[in-house]
Amino acid sequence: MRASERNNVIVTGREDGTPVMLAHGFGCDQNLWRLVVPALAERFRVVLFDHVGAGRSDMSAWHPERYSTLDGYADDVLEICRELDLDRPVFVGHSVSSMIGVLAAIQEPDRFGKLVLLTPSPCYIDDEDGYRGGFSAADIEELLESLDSNYLGWSAAMAPVIMGNPDRPELGEELTNSFCRTDPQIARVFARTTFLSDNRTDLAKVTVPTLVVDCAVDAIAPPEVGAFVNAQIPGSRLVTLDAVGHCPQLSAPQITAEAITSFVAGPG
Amino acid sequence: MTADSGPVPRQGGAPDVSQATLFGELLEDSADDLYEHAPCGYLSTLLDGQIVKINKTLLGWLGHTREQLVGRRRFSDLLTVGGRLYHETHFAPLLRMQGELGGVALEMRTAEGTRLPVMVTSVLKTDDAGRPLLIRTTVFDARDRRAYERELLRARQEAERDRERLKRLVATLQRSLLPPVLPRVPGMEIAAHYHIASPDQVGGDFYDVFPLGDDRWGVFLGDVCGKGAGAAALTSLTRYTLRAAAAHDPAPLKVLRTLNTVLRQEYTDDEMRFCTVIFGLVVPDGDGFAVTLASGGHPPALLLRADGGARYLQTPEGLLIGVLAEARFSAVETRLGPGDTLLLYTDGLTEARTGDGGRYGDEALLAFAGGLAPITPPAVVAATAELLGTFGAGLDDDTALLALGVPARSADQV
Repeated sequence: MRASERNNVIVTGREDGTPVMLAHGFGCDQNLWRLVVPALAERFRVVLFDHVGAGRSDMSAWHPERYSTLDGYADDVLEICRELDLDRPVFVGHSVSSMIGVLAAIQEPDRFGKLVLLTPSPCYIDDEDGYRGGFSAADIEELLESLDSNYLGWSAAMAPVIMGNPDRPELGEELTNSFCRTDPQIARVFARTTFLSDNRTDLAKVTVPTLVVDCAVDAIAPPEVGAFVNAQIPGSRLVTLDAVGHCPQLSAPQITAEAITSFVAGPG
Repeated sequence: MTADSGPVPRQGGAPDVSQATLFGELLEDSADDLYEHAPCGYLSTLLDGQIVKINKTLLGWLGHTREQLVGRRRFSDLLTVGGRLYHETHFAPLLRMQGELGGVALEMRTAEGTRLPVMVTSVLKTDDAGRPLLIRTTVFDARDRRAYERELLRARQEAERDRERLKRLVATLQRSLLPPVLPRVPGMEIAAHYHIASPDQVGGDFYDVFPLGDDRWGVFLGDVCGKGAGAAALTSLTRYTLRAAAAHDPAPLKVLRTLNTVLRQEYTDDEMRFCTVIFGLVVPDGDGFAVTLASGGHPPALLLRADGGARYLQTPEGLLIGVLAEARFSAVETRLGPGDTLLLYTDGLTEARTGDGGRYGDEALLAFAGGLAPITPPAVVAATAELLGTFGAGLDDDTALLALGVPARSADQV
């Protein structure tokens, strides 16, 4: 199966613009970028996709082994780049996708023009040596419980409808919460992969020009973590947005788009 | 209710003036009072989650004062850490994208540090131009409901664990009904395959190859009626009876007659159990083997010749075993020379449903195997197992394959 179908790739914006690939994080799908896409599309060629297991990706491509590590997702990103023959794209990864971008850029450094890491965290769990990721392993178990109690409209009976007929308007009312609706089994694996991965030692291996963007207030990736990422990646820059929450592309779309635009358009 | 327990509403008819006054007095509570003491928690926040208004009901549940929360805390600060992660990754983005979100289960932390399970519904209030202004949230106490849901969740997890246990048990039992390894018969190649239709149920197909002494070998393959524990018991009885009977007298017709007698003795007419079996006696014969096959109601064996020919070895009179006291079975003799292969199978193969709604059938199998001949036992078993895979959901029965053959002389090989 082609990667662009598997990952529900959508390309928009200026055909002759620099390719900017937007990768969503854990929880929802590519719709999370909807408020920044119009601004970015004016200047760039915007490539959107859903990670396998999320949104309208091909669920049959999901295997617990492949997607139990971030490398599986990084391989998908590289496959999409190759298949679309993207010329040194700028990879913008939100949340866990920032680490997916880091892994892809270490694997094939020449593939990417630049990296933008939006609210990144290389490790969510505190360790004994003083690193503060913000969470304990028990907190992550609590999140898994929340996932178990909230199916957001997912049910086994609905699954074929959601998967098979995403564009049938008569099903519109059934699609409430669809942006963040995931098969609970897949969500559980992705949650573990997201929150239990530790990529701190990978950061120093990044050679692609990198911008770190974090928010002034973020319960998931607090400013200390953004500063840590910036300090570890050689030559990276840090922009802290005057925004609250983990999803500035939704809560502060304008300044988020501006930060991305000026970095993409600026000198490497 | 007692007669003097307060004002008694008039029965039927339109409310009169005094009743309207009474209701008015009861409904004295203003919108403010309704807000503050509603039977659910109310909370208004700025878009960044900062609490700007909260009702007394929710303050009471949480054990906080208004001053501690308004302008100082965010909604997500009131959640457990896991709930906060969920809020940031699912709740807040969804609310922003679709403007409302209902029935989300979260846990709040009270001032004392205890947990309060709640159901939360939020809407985004917008101005006339559609710009979001603030978030309104209702909070319901969900302690009872969540306790009940946890029971359900636990029951489901237990059911899943039981199913895993059952699968393991079935797999173990199934293995015990098949030979762990096939014996090495000098001058003969043997291959087998077993397709399990359902991981939850022991199937009723079986096969075996075993030595009878004096350089003779017994071979059988069969199918008992039904599935599950009853079928497993019948399979076990059938296997051991076949082996014991053959040790006593290996003539295939006699072996099947003994099995018939045993099944008739073991099961009464009310709970009749039967099976189909093809039993073979294999004896070395020059550069090949003489094979005598007897069948009790079983699909005919398929003979694939070294010269590329293929035909069924019909055993026309064979009846199901275990049905009639005086059963008749029929036997057939053949010889396997170098390059010949004999394929035994159960009807899962020929009864598989094909895409056009029909059954796969004897003719299709003959054409399929005929196209492969000459072929070695491992190759024909592998090709047929692959064929089984192509039926997908059309293959709803267990299927056993067993092939015996004599290796081609090296001079015969192309």
